[in-house]
Formats: sequence, structure tokens, C-alpha cells
Amino acid sequence: MSTVAQKKGFLSVLWDYLTTVDHKKIAILYLISGGFFFLVGGIEAMIIRVQLAVPDNSFVSAGLYNELLTMHGTTMIFLAAMPLLFGFMNAVVPLQIGARDVAFPFLNSLGFWLFFFGGIFLNLSWFLGGAPDAGWTSYASLSLASEGHGIDFYVLGLQISGAGTLIAGINFLVTIINMRAPGMTYMRMPLFTWSSFVASALILFAFPPLTVGLFLMLFDRMFGAGFFDVSMGGNTIIWEHLFWIFGHPEVYILILPAFGIFSEIFATFSRKRLFGYAAMVFATVLIGFLGFMVWAHHMFTVGLGPTANAIFAVATMAIAVPTGVKIFNWMLTMWGGSIKFTTPMLYAVAFIPSFVAGGVTGVMLAAAAADYQYHDTYFVVAHFHYVIIGGVVLGLLAGTHFYWPKMFGTMLNETLGKITFWLFLIGFHGTFFIQHFLGLMGMPRRIWKFLPGQGLELPNLISTIGAFFMAVAVIVLLINIVITSVKNERVGNDPWGDGRTLEWAISSPPPFYNFKQLPLVRGLDPYWIEKMEGNTKMTPAEPIGDIHMPNNSFIPFVMSLGLFIAAFGAMYQVDWRASDGESFVWALPVLVIGMLITLGSMAVRSLKDDHGYHIHKEDLMEDEEGGRD
Amino acid sequence: MATQQSTSANPKVNYKYRRNKARQEMRTQVTSFALMIFLTLIAFIMVMAGFDKYFVLPVLLVLAAVQVVLQLYNFMHMSHKGHEGVALFLYTGVFIAFITILTFLTIVWW
Amino acid sequence: MDTQHKFTSRTWPESPEKTTLEGKNKFLGFWLFLGGETVLFASLFATYLALKDKVPSDSHKLAADMFELPLVFIMTMLLLTSSLTSVYAMYHMKNYNFQKMKTWLIITVGLGLAFLGFEIYEFNHYVHEYEHTFTSSAFGSAFYTLVGFHGGHVVIGLGWFLLLLIRNSKRGLDLYNAPKFFVASLYWHFIDVVWVFIFTVVYLMGMVG
Repeated sequence: MSTVAQKKGFLSVLWDYLTTVDHKKIAILYLISGGFFFLVGGIEAMIIRVQLAVPDNSFVSAGLYNELLTMHGTTMIFLAAMPLLFGFMNAVVPLQIGARDVAFPFLNSLGFWLFFFGGIFLNLSWFLGGAPDAGWTSYASLSLASEGHGIDFYVLGLQISGAGTLIAGINFLVTIINMRAPGMTYMRMPLFTWSSFVASALILFAFPPLTVGLFLMLFDRMFGAGFFDVSMGGNTIIWEHLFWIFGHPEVYILILPAFGIFSEIFATFSRKRLFGYAAMVFATVLIGFLGFMVWAHHMFTVGLGPTANAIFAVATMAIAVPTGVKIFNWMLTMWGGSIKFTTPMLYAVAFIPSFVAGGVTGVMLAAAAADYQYHDTYFVVAHFHYVIIGGVVLGLLAGTHFYWPKMFGTMLNETLGKITFWLFLIGFHGTFFIQHFLGLMGMPRRIWKFLPGQGLELPNLISTIGAFFMAVAVIVLLINIVITSVKNERVGNDPWGDGRTLEWAISSPPPFYNFKQLPLVRGLDPYWIEKMEGNTKMTPAEPIGDIHMPNNSFIPFVMSLGLFIAAFGAMYQVDWRASDGESFVWALPVLVIGMLITLGSMAVRSLKDDHGYHIHKEDLMEDEEGGRD
Repeated sequence: MATQQSTSANPKVNYKYRRNKARQEMRTQVTSFALMIFLTLIAFIMVMAGFDKYFVLPVLLVLAAVQVVLQLYNFMHMSHKGHEGVALFLYTGVFIAFITILTFLTIVWW
Repeated sequence: MDTQHKFTSRTWPESPEKTTLEGKNKFLGFWLFLGGETVLFASLFATYLALKDKVPSDSHKLAADMFELPLVFIMTMLLLTSSLTSVYAMYHMKNYNFQKMKTWLIITVGLGLAFLGFEIYEFNHYVHEYEHTFTSSAFGSAFYTLVGFHGGHVVIGLGWFLLLLIRNSKRGLDLYNAPKFFVASLYWHFIDVVWVFIFTVVYLMGMVG
């Protein structure tokens, strides 16, 4: 296998990406599709804000509004935030621990395509009779009553993409446990790797309850089961519990990797070792653990009783402690550091007050008695947007600027980046700060329109104007990406000049086999250690030898496509049975064909040996420069 | 886990020893199988004999737990070295399983 | 070590499932998956316990009216024994005795099929004798979902064993397929673990009330 650079046509590039098992390319796939869904969810948000700009507005109908708010939440959580984080995890974690690849390259690709087809399936609901309209939480009493196929799209789409997420989570866990370079002990792992590790563990334990919940919903809606149907002895609270046993860890799955990205950025641009590394690791693990203990704080008003409410209230407030530890450690990392205010650093600095504001309202909401007042008002909307945007989205934008050179080999424009930052930050606070007060004034969430003369006009208008600032910020970012890609000025290993961890010791983008020789890790921030001792590169831990590589495969794509096709059959067989076999006769065959495609490709995967191939030592020697594919 | 090495650098040396050890382990497996059958029998007999509910229920759960431990540590070899990470994740799963079931027994409105 | 390398029973490593990096990864990844499966079945058990005997009217049968312990006992014995036979298979896998491993695995598959047969009979019996169906009550939905998910795992486990047996029947053991056999047997044991809780929680405790 020669590694000599070749000029490739569009089709061969496309084929390369459809079949790739390389974590760096899968990262780009996650970034592109997550970015696409982020734009879709953003457009939905803009329509919501336009509808609420003035009282008694009729920009969209009530039904469409319900669909928009449902799809905005579902898209942003499942199809934008999580995949974008997976993008960075894929791009960075294997490099940070000095691995050649992830533990299961094939499953890595399968995880991506399952997510992708699940997301596409969910969004096709817009064109096929209406999107889901029961909120992203899809409470059973509401969603069982929802007509049409909206909820079915939600259930099947999330089931498919959820399977992909679970696979990705297991993959990262095994990668981090088994594939670390020599000397990379657990307590030398960069914080982003640590937070990805804990987030993956949360995925492993949080997604099965969602899977079960979705199955029960599917059985109820499509096969006449009675889990949530009180008239059959069912219990609608079961869905709420299952959903939140998943749903609360889910927000930690989102925020922990964002914490990780910020930790890297603070240390890099303060040009100082991360303050309190061990405490940071411990706090990350503790947040992950406590994250499973608090789900019922979403259900304080359900009527679980004062004992249950008290337990969950106390557990929730306890999470503020490790989070506070982190906040102080970040600030003390900056303290006395020689700070460079690059775009990623601006995001990181702005993140601290923004996220703390979200955390403080979180503690307010955790007081069960007070929550009866806040519940289902805009106060809650303001709270979770402060933690999700102020934490996760700022983290994603910071990560985009920070890791762009590592992923694409060229730097995003800093001036445009700072413009994006300021527009976004002003827009974000403009949109959501005022919503705290809207909530305290009694404006319920998920409301289609409000009436004039109740003092809600001006705050809502301000909120909408803020949203437009964010929209412009995202457009500036897109322009930045286009300009940067066209200019394509190549950069070296460590474009920020202050890289501390292993990913900055390798060319940008790295060669497809990553490290030619696995690096020897001599401490926390291994690349920084080498730089401080005057070395320009890592000390290798092994002589140059043949590198074993996995083969590309088209099977993950086909496997996911089969499930995508089968999902249509599963959904429309309901109509087929309802019409006594008159219409939708194609539904059952489609279901069968889809499943056969999936099972068939699984069989091919098991029956056909895939031993991969070796890059020979001689080719590696020739490829002294690296970085070419 | 990453540092765990196979002891088979020179398998010929300890071949006999290994075969012997494997045979002994297999004997333990058969013993634990017999124990599992025995525990199952007790469980079924207890229920069929119609003992008091508040005696039977906890004993049934203990019997099941013992069986599962045998299954995990003997049949699934968790007693062997190199299962520390496995145990950590399995017990985390068991813990979350426990609070999930506890929740559904207490706070779902019944 | 090359995965296609041919061994003898003397050169065969002590832990063939964990000798290669691929094997190690597979081993750990599968155990993690089982950790997730624990939570999956916990959610199903929790749902079942919340909905046990929850029926729309008095005319519906409850757990204690229907379950037949002799049948469950036979099913338990079949599955427990199949767990032991798969331990035997792995014993021979570690001894590099492919033929014996195959034989024991085929016995395992046979026992699994018998279990499945009894389960189908049992479901059929409840449906026709007691009109206890998937759609008759929340209790019915929860019962068939929990026990059915376990049954589905049995089907997948059987299919997995068969596929491995067919694929490797001619070529014997190597470091490429040893981890696969090992992981499949872990899955089979896990199915047994779940069944221990099903016969305890669903059937025995269902009879006690």
C-alpha cells in the first residue's frame, strides 16, 4: 500500500468517505452532518422566535408550532450536539492517547451511519405527513393521542440513531482503556479524553432505558400494547421515568465533553498546566455518577411524594459541588498564566459566567417546593438554554476553532472568529436572559402565542432580536469556513504554538495511520514536556515497523440503509392493517426487504474474513513527511 | 488492563501444568453447576410447598443472587485476572439496574 | 501475532481470546455491552413489576392463575444445562480441541432450541387457554415484552453459534475466531443470568404473589 498522494475525482472521494473506517474521516462526517442538523434545528428555532416576536401572531399555525418546537429540541440534542461532540471525540481522542485508531474502526463507521440514517428518517417526517408534535420528551399521554405518523418517526428514528450512539460509546470506552500509548497512564490522560471516557460510560448505561422506552412506545402505538394506556391497566408515568433515567444523564453526556474541550483550551492559552488536574478528573467522574441519581427532578410536579422529591432535590444540589470545583479550577488555571485571547479562549472565558448562570438557576429549580412555581414556564427554558448553549454550544464553537487546524490542516480566520464570538455571545444572552423574567411573570413554555396587554410583548421582542444576532453569528462562521477552505493555507503540527497534548505533536491533518511510531509518554501534557526540554518531537516508544490497518468497508452504510428502509415498512404496516390489506400493501414487503438487507450485510460481515492489511516499513520510511493520503 | 500480558510466552514449558489447571477448573465448573441445580430445586420446592410469603420472597432473591454470582464468576470467568475493568462496569450497571427497579416499585403512582 | 497462524495444542496460548489486540478489544467491548444489557433488562423488569397483574377488568387472569411451575422448571433445567455445555465448549476451545468444542456447542444449540420450543408452547398456551395476549392488558404487554426480549436474545444467541459453527467448521481454531467463540459463549451465559431472574422474579415470585 503506497501512501503517495494522488489527485482524486469527486466520486472517488465520495466513495472513500462512504466506506471509510478512519476515525479522522468519520470525525469529518460527524462534523458535516452534525453541522447540517444544527442548521436545521437553528432554522426551526428562528421560526419559533419569529412566531413569538409579537403577541397574537399567526406566522405559523398551532399544529406546525408544536412540530417545530418538538423537532427543534430533538434535532439539537440527538442530531446536532451529540454528533458534533462525537466528531471532536473521533478527531482528537485517539490522537490524545497516542493510538493508531479506535478499538473498533468498523463499528465506528457503523455508529456514524446509524446516526445519520436515523436523523434523516426523523427529518423526513416533515415531508411525509407531519413531524412529531409531543415535545422532545414525548410524554406518553400526549404522544399516544398524537395522530398521523409524527411520533412513529420519532420512535423509529431515535431507535436507529440511538443504536449508533451506543455503539460509538462502547467504542470509545474500549479505545481509551485498551489503546493508550506506552506511558499514557489514566492519570496522564488529557481532560478531554477523561471527559469523553465518562460521557461514553454514561451513554452505555443511559441509552438502554431509552431503547426500552422507545420500544414500549412503539408497541403501544403500532401493535396495540397497553404499557401507557390507563384503560388497559397501563401507567403513563413509566415513560416519564424511563425517558428521564436516560434524559438526565444525556445532558451530562453533552456537557462533559464540552468541559473537556474547555479544559484543554484554558491550559493551552493560559500556557499553564491545568490547575488541580486530579480534582478535575475526580469531579468529572463524580458528576457522571451523580448524573444518574437525579432524574426525578424533572418530575417534581408529577406527585411522587415529598420523600422522593426531597431525595432527588438534595442529590441534584449535590452536583453543584463537583461543578463548582471545576469552575474554580478553570479560573485558577488562568490565574497567573500568560493568557492569549484567541477565539477559542474567548469562548472559554465567556463560558464561565454563562454556565454559572445556568447552574445557579439549576439549583433554584432543584428546590422542589420552588419548582412548583417554575415548572413548565419560560424560566425552565431559560435555564436549560443557559446550560446547553452557554455550556455545550459555546464548547462546540470553541472546539471548532481550536481543532479546525488539526482536522483540516488550515486555520479559521481569527478576526471573523472573534466577530462570530461577540455576535453569538450578545445574541445568546439577549435571547435567553430575558426569558428568566418571562417565566417568573408566568409565561408558560411550549405556548404557541401570547396575548397583548400582559406585559409579555417587549421581553419577547428582545428575545427574538437576540436570536437574530445568533443567526448572523452562525452565518459569519459559515462564511469563515468557506473563505478558510478556499484559501487553504497549510499549517504545521502545532499551529497555536502552545499545544500541550499529543495531538499537537503530529502533522495537521495527521497521516491516515496516525503515529508512525507510538510516542513515549513521560507525564501529563507530554508534548509540552518535550518542548520544555528542547525536543521538537516525541520520543518514540518503538522502532519503525509494519503497521496493521483495517480495510475500508461499505457494509456499515448498507447495514444502516437496511434499517432505514425497514423503518418505513414497520411504520406503514399499521396503515396496511388498519385498511384490512386494502392499501399500503407494499409496507410488509418493504419491512422484510429492509431487514433482509441489514441481516444479509451482517452475515456477509461475519462470513467474510477481514484481516486488514499492513503498511510496510519501507513505505513508512519513504513517507518521511507524513500527512499525505 | 492494557498492561495485562498473556502468560504464554513459551507455552510448551507449562503445557502440562496448564492442562492440569484447566481440568481442575472444569471440575469446579461442574460443582458449581450442581450447586446451581440444587439452588434452583430449593427455590421451586419452596414455592410449591406454599411457605409464608415474607419468608419465601427474600430467600428466593438470595438464591437467585448466589446463582448469578456462580454464573458470572465461574462460568463467565470473572474470577480470573484481568476482569477489574469488567467488574467496575458490570457493577455500575447493576447499581443503576437496582435504582431503576427500586423506582418502579415505589414511585410510579401505585 | 498473526491471526491466521496455525497452532497445535501445545503452542496454543493460554488465553486465546485475549492474545491479540483485536481479541482484547472484543472481549472488553462485549463485557461493556453486557453492562449496558443489564440496564436494558432492568428497565424491562422494572416495567414488568410496575405492571404486574394490572388488568382492565376482573375477567382477566393474573400471574398466579396461569403460571405452571413444572414447565418453567423444565425450561430452567434446559437453559442451565446449556450454560454448562457451553462452558465445556470453551474448555475444549482453550485446549485446542476443535472437534470436541464443536460437539459441545451443537449440544448447547440443541438445548437452546428445546428451551425455545417450550417457550413457544407456553406463550401459545396462555394465549389460547387464558386469552392472555400482548394486547389484552398492560400486564400481558409487559409479560410478553420481558420474556419475549429474553426469548429474542436466545434466538440471536442460537443464530450466532450456528453462524460461527458453519463458518469455521472446516478451518479449525485460530486467534481470529477464538475470541468470537468466547464472546458468543459469554452472551449465552448472560442469557442464562437473565433467565435466573426471570424464573425467580416473574414465575416464582409471581406464584407467591
